[in-house]
Amino acid sequence: MTLRLDALGQRYGDHPVLHDITLTVPDGQLLCVVGPSGCGKSTLLRTVAGLQPAREGTITLDDAPVTGVPDHLAVVFQDYGRSLFPWLTVRDNVALPLRRRGLARAARRAEADRILERVGLDGTARRHPWQLSGGMQQRVAIARALVCRPSLLLMDEPFGSLDAQTREDLEDLLLEVHRTDATTIVFVTHDIDESVYVGDRVVVLSPGPASRVVLDLPVELPGKRDQIGTRRLPEFVALRSEVGRVVRGA
Amino acid sequence: MSGGRGTVGHPQPAARPAFAWRHAVLRLVVLLVALGAWQWGARARGSVYFPPPSRIALRAQELWFSGPARHAFLSAAGIGDVLPSLGRMAAGFGIAAVGGIAAGVLVGRSAWAYALCNPVLQFARAVPPPALVPVFVVVFAFGAPMQIASIAFSAVWPVLINTAEGVRATDPLRLDVAAVLRLNPFERLRFLLLPSALPHIFAGLRLSLSLSLILMVFSELLPGTANGIGFTLTDAQSRSDLLTVWAALLLLGVLGHLLNTALLAVERRMTGRRRPT
Amino acid sequence: MKRRQELALGGLGVLLAFGACEAVGRAGIVRRGYLPPASEVLARAVELAGDSAFITGIVATLRAWALGLGLAIVLAVPLGLLLGSVPIVDSAVRVIVEFLRPLPSVALIPLVSLLLGTGTETKVALIVYASVWPILLNTIHGLGETDPLAKDTLRAFGFGRLSVLLRVELPATAPFIAAGVRISAAIALILAVATEILSGFGEGLGIFMAQASLATDGTRDVLAGVLWAGTIGLTVNSVLVRAERRLFPWTPDRRAAA
Repeated sequence: MTLRLDALGQRYGDHPVLHDITLTVPDGQLLCVVGPSGCGKSTLLRTVAGLQPAREGTITLDDAPVTGVPDHLAVVFQDYGRSLFPWLTVRDNVALPLRRRGLARAARRAEADRILERVGLDGTARRHPWQLSGGMQQRVAIARALVCRPSLLLMDEPFGSLDAQTREDLEDLLLEVHRTDATTIVFVTHDIDESVYVGDRVVVLSPGPASRVVLDLPVELPGKRDQIGTRRLPEFVALRSEVGRVVRGA
Repeated sequence: MSGGRGTVGHPQPAARPAFAWRHAVLRLVVLLVALGAWQWGARARGSVYFPPPSRIALRAQELWFSGPARHAFLSAAGIGDVLPSLGRMAAGFGIAAVGGIAAGVLVGRSAWAYALCNPVLQFARAVPPPALVPVFVVVFAFGAPMQIASIAFSAVWPVLINTAEGVRATDPLRLDVAAVLRLNPFERLRFLLLPSALPHIFAGLRLSLSLSLILMVFSELLPGTANGIGFTLTDAQSRSDLLTVWAALLLLGVLGHLLNTALLAVERRMTGRRRPT
Repeated sequence: MKRRQELALGGLGVLLAFGACEAVGRAGIVRRGYLPPASEVLARAVELAGDSAFITGIVATLRAWALGLGLAIVLAVPLGLLLGSVPIVDSAVRVIVEFLRPLPSVALIPLVSLLLGTGTETKVALIVYASVWPILLNTIHGLGETDPLAKDTLRAFGFGRLSVLLRVELPATAPFIAAGVRISAAIALILAVATEILSGFGEGLGIFMAQASLATDGTRDVLAGVLWAGTIGLTVNSVLVRAERRLFPWTPDRRAAA
């Protein structure tokens, strides 16, 4: 699914947040949006998700303008503790979006279990989210996002509150999902290394108010990415320094 | 404003087994000692005003529980007084609970509706419920409809206000999640709003239950009632039959205790599977 | 939503409710004599403010309320501090508390009337009985919430048990006690009015209402009494809420969370 932002602007009252953002994310691309905290990355994501209307400019998905929350969209939020429903089991959390598809209860459960296994959570279906570790909870949130096979996946600093090891595991899970499903993904982060490691392309926003795009960089790295080898590649180091320079200088 | 949320009866944290066992024994001993002291004191003094507990229990048993087994041991007075009281209370409390939760969700869902209704609701809750009973007496005359209306109208406000506050306190991120998952209004109610407001709703229900009991008794204490535990009380009072007065108090205490315990059990069952915060 | 908008909407809500009551009264759904329109009730309530007999009644009710609530505080706070700081006494006494508390307090009216007659003593005794529980239980609960670090710090400096209680635990418990008092204030008003309505003679708001309900076309007076009762309840509650916010600004609203 192709996402197109055209002169997008957003403001809270008189306070401008985003200014003149024009971007095209082609089908199947994993775009990373990087910027200092408070630059309006989350606002950008919420606007694309249709959770708040754009004040200026337009957003289109495969040439259809976004007015409410679009179909075939999924979002993973940073705060898994709040985004999951603690009164539902892991399986019921994951199966919740399937109600839209009119599947029978048994089919919903089977589908949820299948996707749980895929994100490495087999055996947790009957537990409650709060009985799992942070990393596992975020895997549940990812499973809930994937269960409806979205054509556009938005991720708002999804690994921001996880420890380093867990975070690397989940980055690799995301890359694996992206390789197999070829979903269009917009991934917001403030971590420069992470953006270069997972992204096909990195976009840097300037600090607020009225953030705009200050760098738009394709990420071309040789071979299959892996946590140790890729991060040592001279190409990786060069890209990371370039993004870092713009983030700090911008 | 969270005036209605404050309530008594905090569930006790579970103690360690050995500790809990010792406490249970201690509690039993204290209870027996207290009853024994009362028994001994009442016998020694021989006051008509404070009859010994054994006689009170005996009177309660012969008044209400001396019936045949096929009536669950309820005597004629048990069927004629206790059941109507409980029935009216259940009806009033049921109406208040269902109506209060429904209206509370409606009011709590929209900031506009909440702002519109809040002052009126706060006033309605602030009226001491017994003050309304004379109004219902005028509108319905004496009888079950007046009593049920009094109970329902008094008990509805705490549930309504607490439900509205609970729904308002729904995590905005979870509302975003519900929007992204494109839950329909019914699903949003069932999977998000009600479960997340449940602790508030139960705090309201507990207040409403005690108000229901108070209003049940009060509406029966008024002259003009024909049956009920409250009627037994006033009737015995007018005959200065203190033993029956005490027996009715015992019955009401036990009923109150059972109803509170039942509500707590329902609450534990429904909210037990969430994170203890 | 802005504060001004909220106030305006709230005012509109009050007007709508008033209008609805007015319409019900005028439409004669219920016989006119039964349910007078809201405007007549309001006019009567205002008129009563100048009626010295009525005001004497209000003062009598409030006096009993204040006396009963005050006695309940004096009894329940020290008892709560004792029970809350000595676990063994707590679990011993709690069983008795648990048997006494669920008893709907108005049920005691006949017994206490037989013991003490139908005067102020009865009213005050019943108010005390009903108001003690929330204050007592909130005090015990509040003590349990005291920061153990603060206690240990003071202990480490060689302060004794009583000293710790007065310097750390009492201030930390005060917001809980205040919330208990606020709950009890409402209950005390319920008991005051309930006792008066049942006793039927003497002076007080409840007695005014009980007598009006017996008079032909007394509904207007009864409803005017309800208006007064609600206003008193609302005033007491908002004064206490405001006092709590000013005295204990650091505590969030959940201090009385059940």
